[in-house]
Amino acid sequence: MDATVSFTLNGKNVSAETTGATLLVDLLRNHFGLTGAHVGCDTSQCGACVIHVDGVSVKSCTMLAAQADGSTVETIEGLAANGELHPVQQAFHEHHALQCGFCTPGMIMSAVDLLRRNPRPSEVEVRDWLEGNMCRCTGYHNIVKAVRAAAVAMGEQAS
Amino acid sequence: MTGGMGIGVSAPRTEDRRFITGRGRYVDDINLRSQQYAWFVRSPHPHAEVRGVDAADALKMPGVTAVLTGADMQADDIGPLPVAWGITSRDGSPAFEPEYPALATDRVRYVGNPVAVVVAESRTQARDAAEMVNVDYEELESMSSATAAMEEGAPLIHEGAPGNMCFDWEWLPAAMAPDARSNTDKAFEEAAHVVSLELVNNRLAPNAMEPRASLADFNPATGQLTLYTTSQNPHVNRLLLCTATLKMPEHKVRVVAPDVGGGFGSKIYHYAEELTVCWASRRLRVPVKWTAERSESFLADAQGRDHVTRVELALDADAHFTGMRVDTVANLGGWLSAFGPAIPTVFYAPLLAGVYRTPNIYVTVKGVFTNTTPTDAYRGAGRPEACYAVERAVDEAAVQIGMDPAELRRRNFIQPDEFPYQSPVGQLYDSGDFEGCLDLARELNGYEEFAERRRQSQARGKLRGRGMCFYIEACGAAPSQAAGQLGARAGLYEVATVRVHPSGSVQVLTGAHSHGQSHETTFAQIVAERLGIDFGNVEIVHGDTGEIPFGMGTYGSRSLAVGGTALYKALDKVEEKGRKIAAHLLEAEAADIEFTDGQFRVAGTDRAVPFGDVALAAYVPHNYPLQELEPGLEETAFFDPENFTFPSGCYICEVEVDRQTGEVELCDFVAADDFGNIINPMVVEGQVHGGLAQGIGQALLEHCRYTPEGQLLSGSYMDYCMPRADDLPNFVVATRCTPTPFNPLGVKGCGEAGAIGAPPAVINAVLDALRPLGVTHIDMPATPQAVWQAIQAAQSGD
Repeated sequence: MDATVSFTLNGKNVSAETTGATLLVDLLRNHFGLTGAHVGCDTSQCGACVIHVDGVSVKSCTMLAAQADGSTVETIEGLAANGELHPVQQAFHEHHALQCGFCTPGMIMSAVDLLRRNPRPSEVEVRDWLEGNMCRCTGYHNIVKAVRAAAVAMGEQAS
Repeated sequence: MTGGMGIGVSAPRTEDRRFITGRGRYVDDINLRSQQYAWFVRSPHPHAEVRGVDAADALKMPGVTAVLTGADMQADDIGPLPVAWGITSRDGSPAFEPEYPALATDRVRYVGNPVAVVVAESRTQARDAAEMVNVDYEELESMSSATAAMEEGAPLIHEGAPGNMCFDWEWLPAAMAPDARSNTDKAFEEAAHVVSLELVNNRLAPNAMEPRASLADFNPATGQLTLYTTSQNPHVNRLLLCTATLKMPEHKVRVVAPDVGGGFGSKIYHYAEELTVCWASRRLRVPVKWTAERSESFLADAQGRDHVTRVELALDADAHFTGMRVDTVANLGGWLSAFGPAIPTVFYAPLLAGVYRTPNIYVTVKGVFTNTTPTDAYRGAGRPEACYAVERAVDEAAVQIGMDPAELRRRNFIQPDEFPYQSPVGQLYDSGDFEGCLDLARELNGYEEFAERRRQSQARGKLRGRGMCFYIEACGAAPSQAAGQLGARAGLYEVATVRVHPSGSVQVLTGAHSHGQSHETTFAQIVAERLGIDFGNVEIVHGDTGEIPFGMGTYGSRSLAVGGTALYKALDKVEEKGRKIAAHLLEAEAADIEFTDGQFRVAGTDRAVPFGDVALAAYVPHNYPLQELEPGLEETAFFDPENFTFPSGCYICEVEVDRQTGEVELCDFVAADDFGNIINPMVVEGQVHGGLAQGIGQALLEHCRYTPEGQLLSGSYMDYCMPRADDLPNFVVATRCTPTPFNPLGVKGCGEAGAIGAPPAVINAVLDALRPLGVTHIDMPATPQAVWQAIQAAQSGD
């Protein structure tokens, strides 16, 4: 059951031939060479593959490529507009919110969605939101710090 | 001159940019033209004879290139997976080391044991075809626990290991042999108090977030093999591939460990899968790639811990520790992983003195085969198990004699003026300030106000408990000669090359490997500090045997203490040669040249040349002492330390237990560590946070739970409880510093501390909370179910 899927990927119109069983994460990684989204598990738990589909964070291992047809997809590679880091990326750097870096793209994309919904989350709200993103390196301490710092930075940018 | 990023500065990380923009390059991100995909056929049985492998149906599946078996491997003279450390039993016989074929030939000994590999044009095709491989198994009786495996009449896993015993070991270091046992027994006979505990140290899955992956590319035209693999030590993998398994000359094999997504020990070893894809690529003349699924990682990655220990502590009437007896049964799994026999012995027993002056200690360890995934080093590797035994016993003693646990520890501390301190279990401790760390932790915890916090918790209907741990551990493996005497089959030095470019920028080629440790930043800080050049002009190269000299990689918190020191010594050589070049340029004697802030200066004058000019002169030697000096500025140093380093620290945590649900909430966690000198405080704090999370995970959440027969029940993230953001508190971390005299940087190592110290601190806190209900014992993980059951049992008087 091969099909052509067409969608907007990081601001560009793209299309690709896929099989019915192709997962969105595999299409992104293997066809488009966007390897920022990672596969860390096979049960939709770890969140290393989080991207945005129509502005909402999605585990791209849990979505068929065909389901992305007609949608707007944004990945970690598209987040730094014109080479300038997104405030969440900048905060992850400044607050040492990453070590091995494997969970980082998913963690950042998830955090960006959180801040879009809740511009000033409490520590508890950040921890609660990130429950679907695992990190084995940082103990989450600096990730939580970075997300809250990014919230402050984005608030200042907006005002 | 360093760009503000010298030693001691929390320099933001150089490596971040690629990771936060999605441009990291992990093994699975690499694809080669015409590559094919491997999928492993694994045993579904814990223990079975393999009577035959029928690949006929699989070979008819679309896209399938080959189905290869253990027999094919044998025919190609592929060697078994090597054991890297030999252990000798107390009767003088060597530990039993079974020949461990990468693909089973006649018997499988754990669920997940590889039996065959399918190679196909796509991963999906390989996976589908693997379902069609018919393996004829004859199931055998099996068991997953080491105590069951030691029982009379237990099924025999290896013919050569009667009673499933790999080794029966006792620890008699020179410091106390041969009287350790009798002296310790005497201490117990004369003791005023004796504490005795039986402890289970739960089996864990390392769970680096990046699953293991290997991509092998054999070039038939050149005979060159390139392996991209998720490794903490690419040179070790190359050495074992070349000398033990694949048997190719080392100059024909290049092993690349690019960005690696965490290791925690699980990516040290030369695994069956990477060997198999190398062999398949050589045999099939195509690149072959394998990437583990997480469910596969749970079965195929070496697991950690899994001890059952009887620990006894003797005290005199003044509450001084006078003796300790430790008897441990360690579960080694169905085969021996590379360091499997070493972790529960020589990485464990020598730490059983803790930070105390206990004079007599006697340790025995039985290593036992079971039908489970092999065990090996996991963050801490032997030291968490030692620390748990000591610190649980000490806390139990405090309860038994009615003394404050901090005061009991203080009374038994090794004192600052006793360093270097020869422990009775064979370690020469370098330095420490245990009282200082204890006071710091108490202050950060608000030790004196605990009663008030407990009262407040009580008012909310919660049981509050506080727990403490004081750990010491050995980092910086290792003095090669000492390790060799203990059974190591490899050297354990480290190496660094400092390559100064003509323009004065610097590349460091290091044998250490960073898979989250931040070497690209911290090693550059060392160079910037020493050479007085901008931090941004230093690049750290690691992970590619085609580029770096022969180094041993990263594990056991050794990168800075051993690899950083190799770098430091290479910088000494650069400085020394630079001094001679500068002396020529300045028409002075080399002895009169001093080097500070990136300037070679004639002492006491304003005549100086900057480092960059000296570098240029070395490569454009128009004005250069060619009769005395070679051109160029590139130096290599190998460093083999004279001793381990010994970080130590005091952890205090507080928990609230809900007696209705058994849920444990971690309220506060304070860590006061002594890592010696610190290069980058931000990075060190991050390492502590991560270690604490894994230690807390062990104490409260994680457990590789098997059926009695050996089926893994917690084989996915649906079942194995990884610590999530909402399981953990913010950590309060601080350091004190007693530099180690055993390396010129004065650094000790910080990667494993948290995972070592956290488990006993948490369990001591949980028990402190539960004691008013009559609960006196709980094993890890203290899940809500376990806590609730312990409460019910205590209340019903069971």
